[in-house]
Amino acid sequence: MTDTNRNLTQEQVRQRIEQHLASRHRKEKVFRGLGIASVAFGILAVLVLFTDIISKGSGAFVQSAIQLEVTYDPLVLGIDKVDEESLTWANFTGVIREALRERFPKVQSRSEKRELYSLVSSGAPFTLRKRLQSDPELLGKTQTVWLTADDDVDTFVKSLSDSKEGFRGRTSDQKAEWIQQLIDSGELKKRFNTTFFTQGDSREPEQAGIRAALLGSFFTLLVTLVLSFPIGVAAAIYLEEYAPKNKWTDLIEVNINNLAAVPSIVFGLLGLAIFINFFELPRSAPLVGGLVLTLMTLPTIIISSRAALKAVPPSIREAALGLGASRMQTIFHHVLPLAMPGMLTGAIIGMAQALGETAPLLMIGMVAFIVDVPTGITDPATVLPVQIFLWADSPERAFVERTSAAIMVLLSFLIAMNTAAVLLRKKLERRW
Amino acid sequence: MNKRILASTLAAVTIAASQMAMAARDHISIVGSSTVYPFTTTVAERFSRATKFKTPVVESTGTGGGMKLFCQGVGENTADITGASRRIKQSELDMCHSNGVEVVEIQIGFDGIVLANAKSAASFKLSRKEIFLALAKEVPNPDGSETLVPNPYKTWKDVNPALPNTRIEVLGPPPTSGTRDAFAELGLEGGCKSFAWIAAKKKTDKNTYKAICHTVREDGAYIEAGENDNLIVNKLVANPDALGVFGFSFLDQNSDKVQGTVIEGKAPTFESIADQSYPISRPLFIYVKKAHADVIPGIKPFLAEFTSERAWGEDGYLADKGMISLPTAKRRQVAADVRELNVLTDLSEN
Repeated sequence: MTDTNRNLTQEQVRQRIEQHLASRHRKEKVFRGLGIASVAFGILAVLVLFTDIISKGSGAFVQSAIQLEVTYDPLVLGIDKVDEESLTWANFTGVIREALRERFPKVQSRSEKRELYSLVSSGAPFTLRKRLQSDPELLGKTQTVWLTADDDVDTFVKSLSDSKEGFRGRTSDQKAEWIQQLIDSGELKKRFNTTFFTQGDSREPEQAGIRAALLGSFFTLLVTLVLSFPIGVAAAIYLEEYAPKNKWTDLIEVNINNLAAVPSIVFGLLGLAIFINFFELPRSAPLVGGLVLTLMTLPTIIISSRAALKAVPPSIREAALGLGASRMQTIFHHVLPLAMPGMLTGAIIGMAQALGETAPLLMIGMVAFIVDVPTGITDPATVLPVQIFLWADSPERAFVERTSAAIMVLLSFLIAMNTAAVLLRKKLERRW
Repeated sequence: MNKRILASTLAAVTIAASQMAMAARDHISIVGSSTVYPFTTTVAERFSRATKFKTPVVESTGTGGGMKLFCQGVGENTADITGASRRIKQSELDMCHSNGVEVVEIQIGFDGIVLANAKSAASFKLSRKEIFLALAKEVPNPDGSETLVPNPYKTWKDVNPALPNTRIEVLGPPPTSGTRDAFAELGLEGGCKSFAWIAAKKKTDKNTYKAICHTVREDGAYIEAGENDNLIVNKLVANPDALGVFGFSFLDQNSDKVQGTVIEGKAPTFESIADQSYPISRPLFIYVKKAHADVIPGIKPFLAEFTSERAWGEDGYLADKGMISLPTAKRRQVAADVRELNVLTDLSEN
């Protein structure tokens, strides 16, 4: 009896388990499904963002240019020799206007001529000036050149591919007709936009580039890295390896964690008060920007460096100490090399954060219109995210695509930095 | 490894210190209104191309923020020029004076503030009175008595039966913006004054008058849409029932997406703003620190470029950027004042 009874219970138990198993498997599946769904949602959001940015921004990498037969006529230029002095005063605008009139000889009235002249970018005279400067032999000769088109023309030409009519905006019927003629005869083409990578900011979209902002970001990050990495690592080593555990170190730890969560604009205000108003450092300089961003990234670096040091097993320290190494030798010969990959990863992530910041820079004058490409850490400069912000705020239509293009450049840098951090960790990490 | 890092840190600090020692500023520093920013930056760029001076650094801080930086004092670390989308206030001038700053006022042109809606919708025709009735926090009692009631109007039709039966929904800049100040002053106050009993208050009780005429309703009919005018344009396209408030240059550049509201029979165009027949237009100014004119290289040539015909003239490059020129006689007079660098002492003179 007891036997059957036990058998029965066993049978029941099995049934119960089987029933339960099905529901457990179901739950498992739902949980996994939720996980996959959340990842899919994330990927979808990123895809939407990227397609939007790329579809808007890819246009900025090409730029319409107009082919013209330009004569470097000394009479029009008003110079008889090519040197620094005369080039400054030479009337290159006149040369371009002459060439445009020759291309469209029917244009007579004053207002028509104004329309005609506005086909070419106001930066075109400087292109000619550079050409003549590099080859003085050209004076008096005729040359076929591609000159950058005005941004209104460029926007119109690019919109032609979307619809037959295109976006006229400020382009008159007359001008649209000229543009069509030029396109048909192959004298207006979209070419790779080198200006975008070689120039600083400009109010004319066709002459605006990201070089100044890129270099500004570079100098700012250089200052940040040079200051925050050694200071952060030193602080982490002291706190982790030397400092006694007491009220004071607890207080410091709480404060560091707290600082990591402080909104970045606060660091900007601090920077304004300390570096600019008290130390009288120049406004708009990458030096000050770097100092402010150092304050901002230090907590991140200290926290990740401490985590990396903690991950080094105590047995390594004990072995080194046991063999007679001093504390410093133990740290520099054994602990630090093993913790370095984690520290570098933390530093790279901190730098990537700093690369994307605008708020703290607002206060110290780095949100500004900067044309000249900075050459050092005290030249006025701006940074990439600020450049994006400024372009997004500009009325000119052609800045819309440049904004997205600049975002693409910034994103590619961020992706590169974060990939480097992952690879570095994979390559150097050691597990015990 | 650590030694190398230490050495490079030291090197960087030394370089920084040595550069600081010779950091006498060689570029002009400009702050101020985001409305004036597109114009100052354009001049800055052309100026540096045409001359050997460095390109001025232009920050967009808003009119009030710019005044604060500008009036901080005299010296290399303070701004040389500030842009303003309204005239300097007495309080700001006093602050400048107490910090020893002598200012030169230059009116550079006009800017129109437009109301606009999406092109897909029918165009609006409004008067300033209707704008005031639709957007003020408190309006005169509709029964005709001389009392104020909280704004009861929900749709444009409520304001004027001739207007469409759509909900009042206006996207505009927040109170920190100069555009908002000017819109309140020219648009709302313009309509507010048309009630004689409120206009009479201007003499007797100036503060109440201002509170009535400048306070925008907060019940959701006026939506603060941030300082980015491009954003407002995009929101208008998405919502054809809404109207937006922004600067004329954004209307000029987005004429395929939005259309300007006709105000008192005048559509916002270059011509109507320049001859001041379009009612909501405002003057734009730049203020220059006189003490800096001979210290910071390039200020005088920069001002000369700004006030040259090719820049601010009717066919100048600033007109191309959407600024509306002063009348010719006024331009000549201002240009002469600029050459003399006449100091602004009090606001009554003009």
